[in-house]
Amino acid sequence: MSSPVRKFPLLVSTALLSAVAGPGLAGDLSVSVDLPRLNTAAYHRPYVAIWIEQPDQTAVRTLAVWYQVAAGRGGEGEGKDWLKDMRTWWRKGGRALTLPADGVSGATRAPGTQTVRIAAARLSNLPAGQYNVVVEAAREQGGRELVRVPFRWGGNAGRTSATGSTELGTVSVAVTR
Amino acid sequence: MKRSLALLALTAALAAPFAAQAHRAWMLPSATTLSGTDAWISIDAGASNQVFVADHAPLGMDNLVITAPDGSTVAPANMMRGQYRSTFDLHLTQPGTYKIASVSSGMSASYALNGENKRWRGAATDFPGAIPAGATDVRATSNANRMETFVTLGQPSETVFVPTGRGLELLPITHPTDLVVGEEATFKLLKDGQPAADMEITVARSGARYRDNPDDITVKTASDGTFSILWKDAGMYWLNASQRTDATDSRPASQIQYTGIMEVLP
Repeated sequence: MSSPVRKFPLLVSTALLSAVAGPGLAGDLSVSVDLPRLNTAAYHRPYVAIWIEQPDQTAVRTLAVWYQVAAGRGGEGEGKDWLKDMRTWWRKGGRALTLPADGVSGATRAPGTQTVRIAAARLSNLPAGQYNVVVEAAREQGGRELVRVPFRWGGNAGRTSATGSTELGTVSVAVTR
Repeated sequence: MKRSLALLALTAALAAPFAAQAHRAWMLPSATTLSGTDAWISIDAGASNQVFVADHAPLGMDNLVITAPDGSTVAPANMMRGQYRSTFDLHLTQPGTYKIASVSSGMSASYALNGENKRWRGAATDFPGAIPAGATDVRATSNANRMETFVTLGQPSETVFVPTGRGLELLPITHPTDLVVGEEATFKLLKDGQPAADMEITVARSGARYRDNPDDITVKTASDGTFSILWKDAGMYWLNASQRTDATDSRPASQIQYTGIMEVLP
């Protein structure tokens, strides 16, 4: 039971782990996040966390965290001190992770539509059921916004979406077979 | 040694070592939830009518005890006593929850000697010999005050929540650095290590200057000492419980107080 936990930076409750779905339910999960272009004097790309939660908002797994992973050129400092500004993600699961984590940590993304594709193999132990993808964006000298998109895992292919109003545009979640 | 002292109540202004009773003593951490491998925070401490507003008196920091998640004691840095607030920095180097506490206890007394009113304050053990022979109108109060706030680097831990069994203390049931708007938090008030039943807790929120009504609320502890607060607004919160006990034949009056400072995030 412990090896799949270590393989991914998981936030899986023991109840979930014990109810591992069999293969055959495999499908890819694709999350598209529209980061709006904002005209502000000091624009910094937002920090973004993307995770899966149960309908009761219990975090299941972090899919991606976009932040200043290492100190960058141009004097950009390491960003881990500001991970807590993605407050909901930090509280629900981020603070329990060891970052950077392979396949999860990534650099901040430019405005536009950014897509994260999670291969079926990485979600093979996610039991079939109803979930949300949550996207939280927090921007330096800017705001914070959270968008929840419900999706069904382990059934038919489908696409769902929701739209933010300030820091996030449309977030769409596609499950492919 | 034994004097036939009538141990009576001391005036409120003398009783509280933090500040006059009318003023509220507070500590204000610059952040309570932090990420990264280490972090610095700054803490202001003062006493004033509106909590967290530095406009009256700095707090003495002689009784400051900072406990790290591993139980070790951490020294504050850059201690400064200003006109209206004391301030110091704290370097968080371990993941987990730190407790920043100001804990004091002792005796205070007033008496009259040769027609003059005198005051005395000191350790309880010094009290028996502290009042000169011939003193009249001796009024003594034993004091026990605890003020604390909590700060977490990374994932919250609970190692610093161990009660001492002395005076009023708060036992967190909900973690004090895990408070968000819309959720209910529960804590347990202890008196000398036992559940403190039926006691009033005053809850004040930061930013009172920017609204017309301070919006203080009062909650009461249940028979098991627990009380719950549903956070309606984000902010820094000040929780206070105090209890006065009149003197009896065998013991002086007592004044015990607990103050907790916690942040509620949106």
